[in-house]
Amino acid sequence: MMIKINIAADIVTKPILAESIMETGALLNISQAHFDPTRGEVVAEITSDQFRKIKDSLVGKGAEVLVLDTPISRDEEECVECGACISVCPVKVFSFADDWSLEVDSDKCIQCGTCIKMCPHNALTLGH
Amino acid sequence: MVKKTIHEINDRIRDGSVNVVTAEEMVDIVGELGAEGAAKEVDVVTTGTFGAMCSSGVWLNFGHSEPPIRISKMWLNDVEAYSGVAAVDAYIGATQQSQSKGMDYGGAHVIEDLVRGNSIDIHGISPGTDCYPRKVIDTTINIYDLNQAIMLNPRNSYQKYNAATNSTNHTLHTYMGALLPHNGNVTYSGAGVLSPMHNDPNYETIGTGTRIFLGGTQGYVVGEGTQHSPAAGFGTLMLKGDLKEMSPEYIRAATFKGYGSSLYVGMGIPIPVLNEDIAKATAVTDDDIVTNVLDYGVPSRDRPVLRTVTYGELRSGSIDINGKEVPTSPMSSFKKSREIANELKQWIRNGEFFVSMPVERLPRDTACNAMKQTNANPHVMDIMSSDVTTIREDAGFHDAAKVIMEKQFNHLPVVDSGNHLVGIVTAWDISKAVAKDEHNLVKDIMTRKVVTASPDEAVDVSAFKLDSNNVSALPVIDSNRHVVGIVTSDDISKLLARRH
Repeated sequence: MMIKINIAADIVTKPILAESIMETGALLNISQAHFDPTRGEVVAEITSDQFRKIKDSLVGKGAEVLVLDTPISRDEEECVECGACISVCPVKVFSFADDWSLEVDSDKCIQCGTCIKMCPHNALTLGH
Repeated sequence: MVKKTIHEINDRIRDGSVNVVTAEEMVDIVGELGAEGAAKEVDVVTTGTFGAMCSSGVWLNFGHSEPPIRISKMWLNDVEAYSGVAAVDAYIGATQQSQSKGMDYGGAHVIEDLVRGNSIDIHGISPGTDCYPRKVIDTTINIYDLNQAIMLNPRNSYQKYNAATNSTNHTLHTYMGALLPHNGNVTYSGAGVLSPMHNDPNYETIGTGTRIFLGGTQGYVVGEGTQHSPAAGFGTLMLKGDLKEMSPEYIRAATFKGYGSSLYVGMGIPIPVLNEDIAKATAVTDDDIVTNVLDYGVPSRDRPVLRTVTYGELRSGSIDINGKEVPTSPMSSFKKSREIANELKQWIRNGEFFVSMPVERLPRDTACNAMKQTNANPHVMDIMSSDVTTIREDAGFHDAAKVIMEKQFNHLPVVDSGNHLVGIVTAWDISKAVAKDEHNLVKDIMTRKVVTASPDEAVDVSAFKLDSNNVSALPVIDSNRHVVGIVTSDDISKLLARRH
């Protein structure tokens, strides 16, 4: 499952991710991380059986943990099935079917949002 | 030799006996029957394309207000339309952007709103004359309130288009979409096998007056488009059609992040099969059409060609660039292109659309020349300071402070032991280090991601880099990353001051 960890300004300089990983042994697969002096935001994948313990650990250290359970969605009215999204997706969510329709395998989505910026018709959105 | 006339074909359309196929279907038919057999068998081949065509727009006539106004400047939903023509005519161009919403809404969106029947806010101004006394007009209209809404696109339906990639280390936002760093992806446009002009490359049936599919209705070819460059395989068309009859299925606004708005236009051309040469031409395949992969990382008119490629390769999903498999994305919709070719086929079969011969052939010898520039176009080497001091990354920050003080400049490029640029340190970085009372080396306080210039780069490109990266100086480096100068926003200001 994909989670988003928000780290507020007062703890952004502390290594709470590393501490939580060492403490729980949970293997976080980080797919995106944005840090600046005012905040931090990390998107990561975690197995569902490890979710509870890493969440408790991070929340205990002051972070906020959200489950990203609504991957990329496509507005079929807006989409013209050009396929511009295909080459920028790092995990190959998008592909063409034999009839050149656009296929979306949202199970693969890591919710990085790159395709949203690429779509010329604003047809893609992330649920969160 | 098979020989048919337009009249014979139109008679067959009228009596329902016409044989129409799409350009995709024609490939197999010519393969089976040969060009002569196919020319006997097939009367019309339909083509189609649906992609971003920036060079599009619409002439609008609003009718006269009471009291009347001769509009000199006007805005539709805050997007400026050209109105320096008579009193109440305006041309709304697809790429003009909204004054308040910027790149997110533009002329293309106004056009799509009109096609959808949505209301548009109009604001017009005028100096006022005895015959047109009114100075300001504000009203709300929709497409049904207009006398005319005539789409007139100066450059549509490129015969083929270059594919794009990006060799730099940062993402580029272009009209070819987002181009990932280090040639991370390739984007391309065009319908390949269904490409209207590639199915009649000698323009035997496509020319002034040719009746076509445009935006879901019948339109016409006005003549060659701007930048029509047939010898290079880059023919273009100027098209017209009645926007009031068009459909949002085939006229769709687009926004390219970091570039702005464009219009996705659906168009298709029927090719009457008058002889076996035309039959042979309509059997063109994706593998027959070759184009160039250009490096959009070079901000110049003459972008380097990284390789040639066929549409067949591009449509396979990936191509090889310097030994790396790079994913490809089309920017135009092949599915919609196919829909257009099939819809046009259906219209002809149903006797609703008749083919035509051009009243004038398109030129086959024009070229697309570069702009003549009569003013000097300065390069970085003309304005940069060659007297640049660098500092080694393992020097102490006090040494850097001393150099900055002695030389009286704010930017100090940092080099490694091989004299290659690895960073930049500014008076601000040193102030920060002093304020924090941290006694670090230059490499600890420098900025590692340096935006650089090259000596032969146009000054305008450097000015854009300074602005878009929010920095005030660019170290100038040669191909070995050795620092040969520095260009600052001050240098560019002085240049501009001299110009005026």
